[in-house]
Amino acid sequence: MCTYQTHKVALAGAAKGASGWFTLTDGAVYVDHPFHSTHEHTLNIDFTNPSEGPSARVAVELTEEAALALVEAIQRALASAPPGMASAAGPRGA
Amino acid sequence: MTDQMQAGTVAITGHEGAELEAYLARPLGDRPRGGVVVIHHLPGYDEGTKQITRTFAARGYAAICPNLYSREGKGVSPDDQAAAARAKGGVPDEQLVGDVAGAAAYLNSLEGANGRIGVIGYCSGGRQAFLAAVSLDIDAAVDCYGAFVVKEPPAEFPLKAGPLIDRAGDLSCPLLGLFGEDDQFPAPDEVAELDAELTRLGKEHEFHSYPGAGHAFFSVERTAYRPEAAVDGWKRIFDFYGRHLAS
Repeated sequence: MCTYQTHKVALAGAAKGASGWFTLTDGAVYVDHPFHSTHEHTLNIDFTNPSEGPSARVAVELTEEAALALVEAIQRALASAPPGMASAAGPRGA
Repeated sequence: MTDQMQAGTVAITGHEGAELEAYLARPLGDRPRGGVVVIHHLPGYDEGTKQITRTFAARGYAAICPNLYSREGKGVSPDDQAAAARAKGGVPDEQLVGDVAGAAAYLNSLEGANGRIGVIGYCSGGRQAFLAAVSLDIDAAVDCYGAFVVKEPPAEFPLKAGPLIDRAGDLSCPLLGLFGEDDQFPAPDEVAELDAELTRLGKEHEFHSYPGAGHAFFSVERTAYRPEAAVDGWKRIFDFYGRHLAS
């Protein structure tokens, strides 16, 4: 189905797309038909900066298993670093 | 009869005068022919939909697929356009109707046009094919597994696009519906409800639901592809258009 249900998130960071690096401001996460993957549905993530136009976008289409593994890997990576090391506010408790 | 065709990108005028990119495929020669407007699915104006458009040309129709996400910018790749359109909640119903009307007018302006227009849509485009058929003067419509024609979308659905069954009385043409029995959007009970309502209203329609097929069974590049359903579905489509779009 076309779920349309999109979970939006404000992001800070950078991403490299088809036309090079850009500053990230937005993310969208949704389960729906992929554009490229051959799976019927995938967990799709768009990393975007709408102020730079629709082409400022990095697209990822993951299986459910891969998406959950990614979430876990992100959490483990953050947990293995000092608290706040990658925070925009700087390290905590330093 | 020749089997030669011409296919490529053209510019057409859509809703409120907007310039839209569109993919046109048509047979060469001046033999009178009907036109088919192909409505792409939510992932957008992709290669699979262009192939479908060429398939209609190979069978003697002038076919056009408007890029419903053209407004997201010229020179932007279709997948980026689709993501941007999705982030805005998709295409408003009124805009879709205007864009299909523009595509139909373009087909009717071509040499050899017999003035008869069919629409066909897949997935979200299935609902939009029904929407076009209750809003415009169309000659034949095909709804391929369009959801939310009968039932309300989930509460968190961000698009202001409700069910269309209340407008079934405005259906301007015969409707062919092709569905998968394993699909949940639309689920078999929704298909049955639409079927019953069209029967009650005396609207000419023909529904086929395929066992062992779910959503998107026509998509040859996806795991949802079901050759038995798709091969029979194509046969039904050409039979249907053959009866309703002939000169």
